[in-house]
Amino acid sequence: MLEDLKSWFSINPYSLKAKEKEELLKARLLSLTEHHRKKCSEYANFLRLIDFDNKKISTAADIPFFPVRLFKEYELLSMDRSEVFKVMTSSGTTGQKVSKIFLDKATAMLQQQVMLRLLSSFLGSKRLPMLVIDSPQVIKDRKLFSARGATVIGLSFTARETIYALNDDMSLNMDNVNYFCEKYTGQRSLIFGFTFIVWQHLYKELLKRNIKLNLPEAFLMTGGGWKKLTSESVTRQVFKSKFNETCGIRHFLDHYGMVEQTGCSYFECGHGHLHVSIYSDMFIRDYKNFSLKKNGEAGIIQLVSALPQSYPGHSLLTEDEGIILGEDDCPCGRKGKYFEILGRLKSAELRGCSDTYATKF
Amino acid sequence: MILMGNDIEYLVGGEVEKFSPLVPYSDLVCDFLSDLSSEIFKDERCKAFPDIISVAFFARQGNIRRLKKSFLDDKFRLGKGLAFHITPSNIPVQFIFSYFFGLLAGNANVVRVPSKNFPQINLLCDITNKILSRSAYRELYNMTAFVRYDRASDWTKFFSAKCQVRLIWGGDATIESIRKIPIPPRSTELVFADRYSLALFDEAALENLNERDIVKVAQNFYNDTYLADQNACSSPQLILWRKSATAKGRKIFWEAVEKLAGERYDFPPIKATGKYTDFCKNAIKFPKTGTLTKNNNVLYRADISELFEGLEDLRGKFGLFYEHDVDSLEELKDFVNEKYQTLTYFGFSPLELAEIVVNNRWRGIDRIIPVGKALDVGVIWDGYDLIGQMSRIVYHE
Repeated sequence: MLEDLKSWFSINPYSLKAKEKEELLKARLLSLTEHHRKKCSEYANFLRLIDFDNKKISTAADIPFFPVRLFKEYELLSMDRSEVFKVMTSSGTTGQKVSKIFLDKATAMLQQQVMLRLLSSFLGSKRLPMLVIDSPQVIKDRKLFSARGATVIGLSFTARETIYALNDDMSLNMDNVNYFCEKYTGQRSLIFGFTFIVWQHLYKELLKRNIKLNLPEAFLMTGGGWKKLTSESVTRQVFKSKFNETCGIRHFLDHYGMVEQTGCSYFECGHGHLHVSIYSDMFIRDYKNFSLKKNGEAGIIQLVSALPQSYPGHSLLTEDEGIILGEDDCPCGRKGKYFEILGRLKSAELRGCSDTYATKF
Repeated sequence: MILMGNDIEYLVGGEVEKFSPLVPYSDLVCDFLSDLSSEIFKDERCKAFPDIISVAFFARQGNIRRLKKSFLDDKFRLGKGLAFHITPSNIPVQFIFSYFFGLLAGNANVVRVPSKNFPQINLLCDITNKILSRSAYRELYNMTAFVRYDRASDWTKFFSAKCQVRLIWGGDATIESIRKIPIPPRSTELVFADRYSLALFDEAALENLNERDIVKVAQNFYNDTYLADQNACSSPQLILWRKSATAKGRKIFWEAVEKLAGERYDFPPIKATGKYTDFCKNAIKFPKTGTLTKNNNVLYRADISELFEGLEDLRGKFGLFYEHDVDSLEELKDFVNEKYQTLTYFGFSPLELAEIVVNNRWRGIDRIIPVGKALDVGVIWDGYDLIGQMSRIVYHE
């Protein structure tokens, strides 16, 4: 059976050095691997055909990695269907297949607890008022959560008050925004939204209407990647300075994460580094043979997480590229690895005579 | 040029209006192909593209004469009229082969070329234009249109309504969508669906080769597979081995393939994760397959100890091969269906293999060819006699 993670909660999530963390995480990941092998027949087949042998595991990095795209192909559960508490989906664009992640109550709770513990390291432990840069629609369908909705719900549990800045048609709800600003200016607060939505529907709208806000104590928390913005030539630096100009914002909290490993988000510290906590780890792999890259070398990102119990997502090979900048020595004082995301792997021009494969690709 | 709405771009030729069909393998068409072939061989720009060179080899005089000789009988034939070709988006030179077949059968041709800007397309169009502009080929010019237009536009409908033969390359999904668009009652259609292909190798025959010849076989296999990302319907997915006493043949073969692919294959990271994902996806869907054998990410192999139904859905890309031992091809009798297309061989007699297919009255396997020729297109393709199918019989004794 799985030992629970209770003992982990007495540890500051960014306090362990590499060696201590490795011991803790390896044991947990090994027991998760066994657990998923027993409970998920698809995962057991995967282990068998890649010739997995748990006696050969000497570090956490030796745990086999499962391709993240398979959550779009199969419904993978390490529990009985009757135990499904909620299903989370990735926010794919129309026509794309979406990932479906099945959670039981225990895993959902773990995700929630861990995300809040990680966040409090950046925001403090006080409950903050939150302005969501999205429409209330994002959390309406409770059975089928999107990544966007899941994060909003997770955060709203800790929020003192949650205000939505957008209407259902994604237009700016100026009444709500004004209410929030008047009530909380000068106080620490949280503004959350996906990077592109925040830019498109908040910044550009304010600019158009020639409105300035004054939220010098607010944290602007973003996520969901920079691809769309960089294609519009909006760099992180531009993003930050524009929000400083229009809203007076000084604190920025970008994060990286994926619906397949909700809970283990990676937050950006004041030095612009994304941080790995004790609940997860990141390995960078060489595409030529999947061997480990050294810190400072770019490669394919593998993510391990201590949380997934109800689905076999504890060790995933992503299709993102990244680079570990250092470990245990970020000037912000947090221990663990810190890294930079370089984006999605570049897609390839597929050859061959069948058109359908190309469009799926 | 960005095409929008109902824009159409004529890369070669123009609107095909009045024309009369030709006899198959007419002197005019044979001369034209021969001139086109010489021009390609002469053109320095083409040297960098082996696929363009293969076009020139096909069109050269000797080859066309040979094909003509094997086609001609005592029947009187003419082309059916206008052939409309929808060519695959991922193979840069397929469109010109399709055009050749249409011409050789005696037809006027509207060819929709891939929207992607492959340099091969520009080169081939440039050279075709050059030859067609000669006064000797004015008639062929009037029977030729290479076009590009937006898929969502009405042009497919327009040409479909006018054609006597429609050719659809590009697989099941393309066929399904184009078939919704009608063609005239007497018109026929040639479709090239998704297929499954395999290879049959004799280990002992490989063991008898010297090192140089082993590399040659590996090179041929590389051309059949990696060269088109193993994503062509004629690229083998399954390798059948006739086992030798020492079982050394496959070892030396795979070593040579791995070395070659390591040096030559265009292998960006996304293909590495794609291949790994495919293997794991198959592991879940087909738990009877064997464990993964690999030294690095360039070559993945897995043994299948026991064949099973639905084998044709077990596919790899970018160099993922499944293997199985047989004493004879006949052991596939319970599994071969109409999805099976090309059987590539080494160390066997093709006649002997064809006999097995025919004597067992199998519903699949339309091509039996030596290793290295899997991607070669020809006038007999996918079980069709393309020239026969695109012409009509006027009179026979």
